Amino acid sequence: MPLLEHTDSGLYCRAADAWIDPSRPVRRALITHAHADHARPGCDEYWAVESSEGVLRQRLGREITLHAMPYGQQFWLNQACVSFHSAGHVLGSAQIRLCVEGEVWVVTGDYKRCADPSCEPFEVVPCDVLITEATFGLPIYSWEPGERVAEQIRAWWKGDQEHPSLLFCYSFGKAQRLMAELHAIGVEDEVLLHGAVETVTRSYRAAGVPMTPSRPVSTISSKDPLAGRLILAPPSAHRSAWMRRFRSPQTAFASGWMAVRGARRRRGYERGFVLSDHADWQGLIRTVLESGASTIYVTHGQNDVLSRFLRERHGLDARPLDQLS
Amino acid sequence: METFATLIDSLDQSTGTTRKVDLIAEHLHAGDAHDNAWSTLLLMGEKRRRLMTGRRLRDVLQACDAIPDWLFEDCQSHVGDSAETLALLWPQLKGAIPPQSVDPTLKQWISTIETHPPLHWWMEQLLPALAALEPQLQSAALLTIWSTLPDERHFLFNKLLTGGFRIGVARGLVVKAIAKGFALEEALVLERLMAPQEPSQCWFEGLTAAPAAERVNRGPVPYPFFLASPLQSDTLRDTPAQDWWVEHKWDGIRGQLIKRESGTYLWSRGEELINEQFPELIEMADSLPDDTVLDGEVICWRVDANRPQPFSDLQRRLGRKSVSRKLREECPICFVAYDLLESQGQDRRSRTLEERLNAMNELLSPMITPRSAGQLRISAGARLSAWETLDTLRHQAVQEGAEGLMLKQMQSPYLSGRKRGPWWKHKRDPMTLDAVLIYAQAGRGRRANLFTDYTFALWDRRSSDPEHHQLVTFAKAYSGLNDREILELDRWIRSNTRERFGPTRAVHPELVFEIGFEGIQPSKRHKCGLAVRFPRILRWRQDRSAESANAITDAMILCDEDHSPQR
Ligand SMILES: [Zn+2]
Ligand SMILES: [Zn+2]
Repeated sequence: MPLLEHTDSGLYCRAADAWIDPSRPVRRALITHAHADHARPGCDEYWAVESSEGVLRQRLGREITLHAMPYGQQFWLNQACVSFHSAGHVLGSAQIRLCVEGEVWVVTGDYKRCADPSCEPFEVVPCDVLITEATFGLPIYSWEPGERVAEQIRAWWKGDQEHPSLLFCYSFGKAQRLMAELHAIGVEDEVLLHGAVETVTRSYRAAGVPMTPSRPVSTISSKDPLAGRLILAPPSAHRSAWMRRFRSPQTAFASGWMAVRGARRRRGYERGFVLSDHADWQGLIRTVLESGASTIYVTHGQNDVLSRFLRERHGLDARPLDQLS
Repeated sequence: METFATLIDSLDQSTGTTRKVDLIAEHLHAGDAHDNAWSTLLLMGEKRRRLMTGRRLRDVLQACDAIPDWLFEDCQSHVGDSAETLALLWPQLKGAIPPQSVDPTLKQWISTIETHPPLHWWMEQLLPALAALEPQLQSAALLTIWSTLPDERHFLFNKLLTGGFRIGVARGLVVKAIAKGFALEEALVLERLMAPQEPSQCWFEGLTAAPAAERVNRGPVPYPFFLASPLQSDTLRDTPAQDWWVEHKWDGIRGQLIKRESGTYLWSRGEELINEQFPELIEMADSLPDDTVLDGEVICWRVDANRPQPFSDLQRRLGRKSVSRKLREECPICFVAYDLLESQGQDRRSRTLEERLNAMNELLSPMITPRSAGQLRISAGARLSAWETLDTLRHQAVQEGAEGLMLKQMQSPYLSGRKRGPWWKHKRDPMTLDAVLIYAQAGRGRRANLFTDYTFALWDRRSSDPEHHQLVTFAKAYSGLNDREILELDRWIRSNTRERFGPTRAVHPELVFEIGFEGIQPSKRHKCGLAVRFPRILRWRQDRSAESANAITDAMILCDEDHSPQR
């Protein structure tokens, strides 16, 4: 009997009687991180990392029953020994380690391997079976260090002091990382935030993440042309009514998808910055090898590609996660 | 290549037209002429020989067993372009590439690359030499060059090799940029671009030379044609009628007749030399003084006739490379001159129309004799006296066998390309018939998956018994529907197919479309006995049933109206 199995609500651990990142309300949920495709409302009880508590409560409701655990602390749920380990994805993101009768499984959730000043670094967790994500599981994806991208962004922003610079990015994680990366290369200017970015940023400030100063763009008079200011906003705001407030802004999008020219063109941003909170190809392979796992399941992206490559080139027992039985 | 690559990156990162123009202008202004010639041609996307295929580049990389074939395939279908896929993969794969044996030539190349050689060295020395190497040496050379080049230059390098270099810069932008960077008129740049293009210092210097240095004798090279726009509304009526010159718009082909000491050249609007099809005009031009350039209409017109022959006669001549005596007699050709672009070696295009017309009259009038009128006429025109007369004039022009009228602003220079303002064509309204859709065929290119080529039919109602009325093919039309209608019609065609003949589908004769066309003539080659010009769909008559569509007899009446005063 495998330690984890598929159910209608997602991955289920019978020994712990708990679901990992369940897709529907369940009795007990173990949450890797607070992104909407991983943390959903309505569960009776949640278990997650303490540093994710702020954003989790903001998104799932103040009143949820949340057991907030520090990284690395083992705790027992029925027959399973459970612990959270940093995934380096966003603030409070975790890999979940499950140990039952000496057999160790790790579910990575979303993760990345390159340095990020806005969250805890990835921790290698040895295991027997690894369930890894593969969002960018193609060898065309290879990331430059965050500070290099921050330099590019600074040059782009400072290169136009006559118009506002609108930088689109995911409101939880990417936006705060951008402010932290900019801070790390010495930017001290105040950055303006779309409302969706602002709420999450408060949790990051509460957690003491060093970032450039910021404030909501809504607190500035709508007559201010915002020339030379940097504004962070979620992609959903692109071409929305909200954008009308800015007079001929320059626009850019920060995402791993921007590595491919076609993807840049199709989205209609002037500029694309390649910055991702997921592992690139080498990061995925390295993680799999470092875990020492002999069995690998791949999910969340290029499942077939990565598992086939691991089988053929590394002789590992690797499969898409939907083949877990 | 460094500065060109930087330019490409910057262009890629800006969307504003003005910004792009500035970037190109700055680049060309600062650069060396030989490199600039290459940049200009590359930016304009001039077709170049493909030196190596994307497939070959891929095979070279794959020979190192860097990644499995299927994985490369997956990457390429994700990225969509082999040059880009290779550039994206390189950083991941370079570690697995074994060092190559390097021969002296290659060593030479590599040390040159390290000195940041100019773009023309890449385009003229390295890339062709690389492409010409035998496979094994070529692989080693390519891998070594890839290893030497910075990762971020791979995309450009691969693109230059595979020849599919397009970065979304329109030719127009390049023209604007050259005009801006070298303080030239856009028209002048456009015109200079009409001469044969070559990636040389000399060519670029000629392209960007100050206007004063312009050679008057352009040899056989035509001036860019100035094109009229269709007159759509009454907007001109606010201007004084006397500002406008009115003449017939003949239904022939536009021609530029160039007489030089070196020879005579007749160019069509499509910039094709059509000397061979019209030898009479070339002979006629012998009597013109050297360095004369006329703009006018080539048309079939018998010397003693008061109106020209139909367009179909002209078409008979266009199709032939050699013209028989019989054809010359049946379809006598004439050049109707209406503008003078150059005379006595002087470019007259910046003069006003009034001045040009006066000069043309002075030049040509002595040449027009009762005998020569067969080959040369001066377009008859006049100042417009009052706007109210325009409709009458147009009607009269159509009666005289013209398509309609031309309106030209008296004080305007001769511009190039289609610029709204000084020249307008005022044609008669198109003729229309309601016809039934009977066949459909899939389109080409972007529309290959849709039925977009249609065949329409009219009724043959000669039999007194309605049972025996039948539909006869009348015209094909491709354009005129909007995308939504095309989709709707495509669905209808798929579910109403009666029969298939290869790519063609016969459909139930139910749908009626209003077909507009510019002319109609009897034709033995067509089933219905009629040929139409420029047929197009005006609208989908969803309010009409197939039975109510027009009959061939209706078309015959239009045909008579079209050419009745003739012969
Ligand atoms: Zn995530
Ligand atoms: Zn995710």
